[in-house]
Amino acid sequence: MREQSCFHCGLTIEQNEEIDFDDKKFCCTGCKTVYEIFSINDLTSYYDFEKSPGATPQDIKGKYDFLENETILAKVLEFQEGNTSIVSLNIPHIHCSSCIWILENLNRLQQGISTSQVNFHEKKVRITFNSDVVSLKEIVYLLSSIGYEPYISLENYGSAKAKIDRSLTYKLGVAFFCFGNIMLLSFPEYFEMKEFWLDSYKPFFRLLIFLLALPTFLYSASGYYVSAYHSIRTRMLNIDIPIALGIIVMFIRSTYDMLMDHGPGFFDSLASLIFFMLLGKMFQIKTYSFLSFERDFKSYFPIAVTKINKDASEDNVAIYDVLKGDRLLIRNQELIPVDGILISESAEIDYSFVTGEAVPITKKSGDKVFAGGKQIGKVIEMEVLHSVSQSYLTQLWSNEIFQKKVDQKHKTITDAISRYFTPILLLIAFAGFGYWIFKDANTAFNVFTAVLIVACPCALALTAPFTFGNILRILGKKKFYLKNAVVIEQLAKVDTIVFDKTGTITTNKKSNIMYEGNSISDSDIVLIKNVLRGSNHPLSRMLYDFLPEAKRIVVEEFQEITGKGILAIIGGKEIKIGSGQFVNDIVADGSEIEKTALHIKMGEIYFGKYTFQNQYREGLEKLFANLSKDYKIKVLSGDNDGERSNLEAILPKGTELIFNQKPEQKLEYIKKLQEKGQNVMMVGDGLNDAGALAQSNVGISISENVNVFSPACDAILDASEFSHLNYFLKLSHKAILIIKMSFGLSLLYNVVGLAFAVTGNLLPLVAAIIMPLSTITIVSFVTLMSNYFSNRNL
Amino acid sequence: MSVIYLLISVSIFVAICFFIAFIVAVKSGQYDDDYTPSVRILFDDETKINSQNNNSPIEEKQV
Repeated sequence: MREQSCFHCGLTIEQNEEIDFDDKKFCCTGCKTVYEIFSINDLTSYYDFEKSPGATPQDIKGKYDFLENETILAKVLEFQEGNTSIVSLNIPHIHCSSCIWILENLNRLQQGISTSQVNFHEKKVRITFNSDVVSLKEIVYLLSSIGYEPYISLENYGSAKAKIDRSLTYKLGVAFFCFGNIMLLSFPEYFEMKEFWLDSYKPFFRLLIFLLALPTFLYSASGYYVSAYHSIRTRMLNIDIPIALGIIVMFIRSTYDMLMDHGPGFFDSLASLIFFMLLGKMFQIKTYSFLSFERDFKSYFPIAVTKINKDASEDNVAIYDVLKGDRLLIRNQELIPVDGILISESAEIDYSFVTGEAVPITKKSGDKVFAGGKQIGKVIEMEVLHSVSQSYLTQLWSNEIFQKKVDQKHKTITDAISRYFTPILLLIAFAGFGYWIFKDANTAFNVFTAVLIVACPCALALTAPFTFGNILRILGKKKFYLKNAVVIEQLAKVDTIVFDKTGTITTNKKSNIMYEGNSISDSDIVLIKNVLRGSNHPLSRMLYDFLPEAKRIVVEEFQEITGKGILAIIGGKEIKIGSGQFVNDIVADGSEIEKTALHIKMGEIYFGKYTFQNQYREGLEKLFANLSKDYKIKVLSGDNDGERSNLEAILPKGTELIFNQKPEQKLEYIKKLQEKGQNVMMVGDGLNDAGALAQSNVGISISENVNVFSPACDAILDASEFSHLNYFLKLSHKAILIIKMSFGLSLLYNVVGLAFAVTGNLLPLVAAIIMPLSTITIVSFVTLMSNYFSNRNL
Repeated sequence: MSVIYLLISVSIFVAICFFIAFIVAVKSGQYDDDYTPSVRILFDDETKINSQNNNSPIEEKQV
């Protein structure tokens, strides 16, 4: 039979479950309702831009009640004055042009909204509305009802809009403007035409050139002076010292030449040099606006929770106002924001955010529940034990590693080279000066300045930005997103790799499902599948997807008991699916760690159980085998060592496996490795790895879907590319190799230039040719090389 | 020949005007989002074509 997909969301429609409406097929009433809303409002062109662009609206009853609270509302709104309010909402579902279209036509759906503007890359919509006519809560409900549920987290709470730093763009603009005009005006000088009328305008041209050079020298290049000054103060010779020195000497010498009428000076070279260096800086910055590398628990946690007062009334309170002893109400799919004790009978808590473990954990009344878990199923009540900042998980962020702002953990390769470059350069300059001073004082000054000008390591300074910028883009195309260029250098230095287990080397998408017990007939499997259809428990969904396609049978009675299982009756036969205790009164004897399993009982006969095992990512074995040749590999896990034998079979010999690690212990472990002088790369996924990711030299977070959230890190790797990790590491080594090669090339240029300089023959024209030429060859060399290496099979 | 003073001044002045326009454009955030406007510009036309093509009797609901 032909597979049908939903007109609204594009998901495959299950057999016999389709809903026909207006000659279109839908997979569920939710999708149909969205279509109805759009067609009533004449907005069906939503479906013309993209095929099946929608998402099924989720049930959000009561979830956004906190938006009625004035103080919380004020924190969420970006702007509010009179009745005009502006809010910026993050909507993860934004993915196509239809989304932009519908979200920018919100004013046709809801009165009171004046404009809405989408920023596609940031997945944000900025809505201006009249707060007298419509409230934010109503807008959020409207968005949710059409399948665009906004994501409001603690991060939105009173975060001041970060100002975008555009100074580099301005500096680049100024440099480009001056560079272009100076070049035009210098043209007559290049040809040294002795024509009378051009000669007579020389002073005017030179004055203009000088005036145009001023903003470049004073404004565009200012970053280099500041950086050079800082590096002298901290006694770390970085590349900016010879650059700043070259620029300043060039400017003074040119001004002097011009005033004394010796020649036109080097203003053209000066402007081009600054322009190209700023361009390199710009190129190196590749930002992924849809990713964030700075996330902490705040982007996961909700803004407010429902608090139950003493008189049993309910209130929405901001998370930061939750105190010890408060009683909280947690609804389906809501996150538990603080540590506490469960008061309701039972709860199913999904800790996948924290640990990467997909299977929810069952808690009983009186059990401790930790912050970061997500309740699945019924509404639960809990009593608070610790406030937000004191909770088990959030305490991790009080570790000093999160307080320090570590900008430069490493000395970059360019700086390492310039440590030798700067002294040698000064030595040559003074040697040339010393040689000529006894012959001709005037030439001596010329030689001294010419050396500094020519040796100005512009090509050297351009090498790294262009190589890294290019590699950054190549990696980005391969779904490995780096925070900045420094990460590439750090990757190349790594010698130890630490992996988290759950969610990192295992996938939480799929599970290995195995059946143990008496054989089940095909007709019984059909029954099981039909029972599971009604359940939303993740285990049931997984098993449901695992079982073969089956006919639909009417389930006569269906009861889902949270934390236990499903009780259903089909054709008079009682079917029990669930935990061992529920199905067959098996009491966990404690001797064996109980595996995650669903037990099956039909009628009075106990059949057996389906066990769920972690599925390791594809290509894991090969990846580890390759990695172990060059790196020390360690696996850290927060779980018990039940998987030890399995892991040992897969992983290469000598891989260290450490189990039962708390988040702080992971951090400490990395720290210890570093104290032994190792460069550690941490690969993790959940919030419990956040400390280790921050502490490590390179923290990589694995994400099944890069658009959703991953903890703060240096790089985000799309989970589907996990097996290419070795390739990425090798490419980073190649990047360093390319830089070293092109350093050689640019030093060659410097030697040629110096030969001109020390003999006292540096003409402005020669400088104007050598400098751009070296720049262009270096840029094309590194671009070609990095593309070559990335395409070669490493 | 002194017209060259005038010509060059004018050319520099024009260049400065463009430069200022560039700064203003950057400052207004025009370059912050380089994708959405490119999609947005195509919308109006498509809606018009649509309402002409399918003359479906959908009534505009007054909200």
